[in-house]
Amino acid sequence: MKKMTSWGKYPHIDANISAPLSSHMLANEKRNIIARGLGRSYGDSALSENIIISNRLNHFISFDENTGQLHCEAGVSLHDILMNFVPKGWFLYVTPGTKFVTVGGAIASDVHGKNHHIDGCFSDHVTSLTICIQGEEISCSREENSDLFHATCGGMGLTGIITKATFKLRPITSSYINQKVIKAKNLDTVLELFEQYRDATYSVAWIDCLSTGSNLGRSLLMLGEHACKGELTTHKSGVLNMPCDMPSFLLNKYTIQAFNSAYYNKQVKEELNNTIHYDSFFYPLDGISNWNRMYGKNGFTQYQFVIPKEAGKEGLKEILEAIAESKQGSFLAVLKVFGKGNINYLSFPLEGYTLALDFKLNNKLFALLDRLDLIVRKYKGRIYLSKDVRMSEEMFKASYPHWKKFQVLRKKYGADERYLSLQSKRIGL
Amino acid sequence: MKNIIIIGATSAMAEEVAKLYAAEKANLYLIARNTTRLESIINDLTVRGANTVHTSAFDANQFDSHEVLIEQAFETLGYVDVVLIAHGSLPNQELCQNDTTQAIEELNTNGISVISLLTHTANKMELQKKGNITVITSVAGDRGRQSNYVYGAAKGMVSTFLQGLAQRLNKSGVHVLDIKPGFVDTPMTAEFNKGALWAKPDKVAQIIKKRISKKSSFSYTPAFWFIIMTVIKFIPKFVFTRLKL
Ligand SMILES: Cc1cc2nc3c(=O)[nH]c(=O)nc-3n(C[C@H](O)[C@H](O)[C@H](O)COP(=O)(O)OP(=O)(O)OC[C@H]3O[C@@H](n4cnc5c(N)ncnc54)[C@H](O)[C@@H]3O)c2cc1C
Ligand SMILES: NC(=O)c1ccc[n+]([C@@H]2O[C@H](COP(=O)([O-])OP(=O)(O)OC[C@H]3O[C@@H](n4cnc5c(N)ncnc54)[C@H](OP(=O)(O)O)[C@@H]3O)[C@@H](O)[C@H]2O)c1
Repeated sequence: MKKMTSWGKYPHIDANISAPLSSHMLANEKRNIIARGLGRSYGDSALSENIIISNRLNHFISFDENTGQLHCEAGVSLHDILMNFVPKGWFLYVTPGTKFVTVGGAIASDVHGKNHHIDGCFSDHVTSLTICIQGEEISCSREENSDLFHATCGGMGLTGIITKATFKLRPITSSYINQKVIKAKNLDTVLELFEQYRDATYSVAWIDCLSTGSNLGRSLLMLGEHACKGELTTHKSGVLNMPCDMPSFLLNKYTIQAFNSAYYNKQVKEELNNTIHYDSFFYPLDGISNWNRMYGKNGFTQYQFVIPKEAGKEGLKEILEAIAESKQGSFLAVLKVFGKGNINYLSFPLEGYTLALDFKLNNKLFALLDRLDLIVRKYKGRIYLSKDVRMSEEMFKASYPHWKKFQVLRKKYGADERYLSLQSKRIGL
Repeated sequence: MKNIIIIGATSAMAEEVAKLYAAEKANLYLIARNTTRLESIINDLTVRGANTVHTSAFDANQFDSHEVLIEQAFETLGYVDVVLIAHGSLPNQELCQNDTTQAIEELNTNGISVISLLTHTANKMELQKKGNITVITSVAGDRGRQSNYVYGAAKGMVSTFLQGLAQRLNKSGVHVLDIKPGFVDTPMTAEFNKGALWAKPDKVAQIIKKRISKKSSFSYTPAFWFIIMTVIKFIPKFVFTRLKL
């Protein structure tokens, strides 16, 4: 038995851990099993009575230099892939905001990046994968066992243990990104800018959730393109460490307001153009390991929702106003425009606006998030499972229309009684 | 292009060392017990850039196979830059106290087998008049403690052996390195709760590779274990015997 928690440091549970050295060792008679990668999901998706950690399933299997297809085990991290392939001129098609996630985790959460509007989700570049259900390895793709493939991509580990995957890497000629940062004085402006720059490969906005009135939604929009010239250098592996939990009173509405203002006003010019390394562009927070300790020992959560484009500004405004009013302020809030969603059963993205907000946990928070759920639901949006730690079964089932199909599939493959997480039990899966 | 032999190549630490050399396009000769896992390591190292990966299966406690094993590896590679010996097992101390077969088996795996392999390797290296021999022992060999003195005795024996070997081979220009890790997060220690003193195997591998290339003779890995072990070694015997370490 070991104490386990994920990135948000809430909840903490006691679990039986195993870290198989090869997929041959996965036969397991237990129930209540869940796979776990690097534990970068925020809530309780990778927590259960029995946890199978993939960190020793970390081998590359083959790489085709002509097509860019990489075949590897599911415990390989994006960090490891970049370290090896950037010098050879390859990058990831889709990457989340941290490189310390596994391939298995990226598929199970069907992660998205700053280029969702152009390149879709991680699994949209996966050609096939192997999953172990009750000790038996089954391969699946869009052609073979396609139902299992579409349930597993975005399936939060609930269909079994992903052991291997094949996916495409993106050819690059430089490890640098040409970045453009534009100041937007409010929500209307930033949404117009997103529209204007819809062809940019990467786009995301940092948004100040505490400003109100005519400043509501003031933001910095960050755009990026892979540079053509430059060296093919990897990131440095050395990182700073946050050695202990920061006293949580240090993060309060005043310090957050001050930080947000400082961040917004740091950039004097309306527009800034520069060339920066991929590590600073995609992974600004990876430089400090355990930055999650900044939120103190009670932990934190991220509330990430998406609402369809039709709901648009109105929906976003309503939510931003509710947050500003609550003064529960978020340290970091990130706004992005998603492109079309895919057909994976539980994949999160749908065409529209997504906002991700960090909140320190306290006894008033869940009431606020329940209120936000109602607004999200009203606009036919939903919440990202990989960040969630408190959504109700009702909210989940109302907002993920394919959940029934997902359950039928799990039953068909005998996964429904074995692979369960704290989250899946909470939301009725 | 470097030529590297790794014995106990499925060990997590050894595997990380192999990855570092593979990225530099080395020729690798891996010797290990578990051939299924060896198979996936070959593929992995090839994708990472290894020029060639040869493998050979062995059980450390089959001493009579050692000579041929080392012979073949040297013959295949021609010249050898580094021989790393990494295999080992963490005994159940209580079991060893009640079962001499068990205790002897553990002393063989962690001590005698290493000395046997070292003897053959040293003679080859001496002829080459160049190269490096690195062995992963342990801080546990520095002072016997009730919780694992069988393991400690075996590791300590190898460390003492290496001190003498380093002197002998110094004349031939062969560098002998004894690596004494503290706590490392590997399958061997899967059951332990990990705290601040624990290192990751990739970090340990970087240290090992750096010390090999600098011809360092510093053993403690990471280096802060030097301080911890100095303190432990200086605790007077009458105090130490009462401790619960
Ligand atoms: C700083 C930071 C930034 C982030 N930015 C983004 C972002 O931009 N976009 C985005 O989409 N996400 C983002 N995330 C979330 C993160 O990408 C996902 O939570 C991802 O799934 C974590 O991968 P992991 O390997 O740590 O998996 P874990 O957190 O260990 O597990 C996550 C889920 O995947 C399942 N899983 C893991 N491995 C396997 C396997 N081998 N087989 C089957 N199921 C498995 C688990 O059961 C669990 O349900 C961010 C997280 C952090 C901490
Ligand atoms: N982890 C630590 O905290 C720590 C601390 C100090 C020193 N060390 C030492 O570091 C070295 C590497 O260990 P590790 O931590 O990387 O653990 P590991 O991954 O468990 O590696 C141990 C290796 O030893 C091999 N082995 C055991 N008995 C064998 C035998 N009879 N014949 C052939 N091979 C055998 C195992 O082979 P199989 O794959 O076939 O099982 C495995 O590859 C060991 O010498 C260990 O004593 C470890």
